[in-house]
Amino acid sequence: MISRANLLKVLSAFLLCGAWEIAGRIPVSYAFPTFLDSMRAFFEMIGNGVMLAAYKETLRPLVIGIVISAVLGIGLGLWVGLNNFFDWLFSPIFIVMQAAPLAALIPLLVLAYGIGLTSKVLVVCIMAMPVIVLNTSGAVRNTPESFKEMGKSFLASRTSVLLRIVIPAASPVIFAGLRLGVSAGFIGAILAELKITPTGVGDIITYSRSIADYPSMYAAIFSIILLAVLFLNLLEKIETILFKGNQRGYVSD
Amino acid sequence: MAMSQIKEDSNQTEVVKSESAVSVKNITKNYGDIEALRDMSLEFPRGQLTSLLGPSGCGKTTLLKIIAGLLEPSSGYVEVNGKSVTGPGPDRAFVFQDFALLPWATVLNNVAFGLEMRGVAKSERESIAEKYIGDVGLAGFENSYPHELSGGMRQRVGLARALSVDSDVLLMDEPFSAVDEQTRRKFQEDLLSLVQNENKTFLFVTHSIEEAVYVSDQIAILLPRPSRVSEIIRPSSFRGKGVDNIRRDPEYLDIVDDIWSSLRTYVE
Repeated sequence: MISRANLLKVLSAFLLCGAWEIAGRIPVSYAFPTFLDSMRAFFEMIGNGVMLAAYKETLRPLVIGIVISAVLGIGLGLWVGLNNFFDWLFSPIFIVMQAAPLAALIPLLVLAYGIGLTSKVLVVCIMAMPVIVLNTSGAVRNTPESFKEMGKSFLASRTSVLLRIVIPAASPVIFAGLRLGVSAGFIGAILAELKITPTGVGDIITYSRSIADYPSMYAAIFSIILLAVLFLNLLEKIETILFKGNQRGYVSD
Repeated sequence: MAMSQIKEDSNQTEVVKSESAVSVKNITKNYGDIEALRDMSLEFPRGQLTSLLGPSGCGKTTLLKIIAGLLEPSSGYVEVNGKSVTGPGPDRAFVFQDFALLPWATVLNNVAFGLEMRGVAKSERESIAEKYIGDVGLAGFENSYPHELSGGMRQRVGLARALSVDSDVLLMDEPFSAVDEQTRRKFQEDLLSLVQNENKTFLFVTHSIEEAVYVSDQIAILLPRPSRVSEIIRPSSFRGKGVDNIRRDPEYLDIVDDIWSSLRTYVE
């Protein structure tokens, strides 16, 4: 039995793909292929191993960058949120990072770190980390005062207050930051492959465009979006398992 | 007059002192330039319920949080069972106005929180928590989450959490102000039997005159700007007459009227 929520998801995906197909058939542009053509190219590339080889390249900076951003970002965010001095020290850096036009700064990164993995991981981190840090620190700072007082009055140590109260209370906003950060990281990974050296999925996009093989180009873009959506769903599942009661608002609603 | 009022009398304070579970000595609390409490002294007799009653802004919650060890007084000190308070301790438990339940934890884990922080083993703290959940009438809701409960039920969880750590003194900060009127009456009746059956000292902050007179063995009237204890009232005659008769007892009605006439000038 398929649930109503899942049915709606399928319906929404179906509508989107239908609109794509229609737009491709009009066509809105000769560089815009139909959905079915793109899918054909998609499965073709999966079949002949091109997609797999491309993702081996792309996933490396993406996964490394996202893991670094998540671990370091949440850690730094907690630190910044709990301590006014570190707030003063670090917050401006991440606000600048978030607002910076990254594409324009990539040549600087290449000058400093070359065209290898380091630069690409950095691009992913610069895209993903600021929102994770800023969300985490904001959430931690806004822990309801009565929760902390409750912890203290029932003799919780500082560590217990942090682990059992502050972090769970902040978790919805931390996870929202993670979701935004991870999506930005996916964009960063592709941006790095388009701007630094064409490898992996970025290479498929660049190459297919240069030979006017638009179905393959859109198939590559479609694949990265699909992967991002699947990953975000996984993140949501993890959140639900970790903090079950948080799903439905606060006690003081 | 049917009520007895303890005014500043050195002989009497000596007698009360030895029976006090909590003594507040010359507490002053300043927030910057604002004087929240000035030179306040108060005794809380053991095994009884004392209400702190006064208009809003009179510092009653501040005083309760100082006694809880959550706030530092600017000067003066608090003694609980003869020991000076330096922070929260196992001899005091707090019931919060907004319940302060952890939304991601089940009723069982919320009630067991205090025991967990005291290092009680999992199976033991869960059986203790289950007992108190039953005592407050929430048996069967152990695995519910706070958002699934009504306001009254949530405060029962808060009460069970405070009772489960078995401390001598229960600090209650307007515990019934966020629940509906009918639940509130039931809570007040339950509180009376709790005071009778549990050998604990209750400190009860409220802004409701009727509630204070109904549940208290002793009422401390606090007046604002600067905050001070204006009088202490000990209702004497109606406590033994049963919960149903209190609200129509002449002494109850007299005290409610007297308190209102002394407070009305402080309420805009």
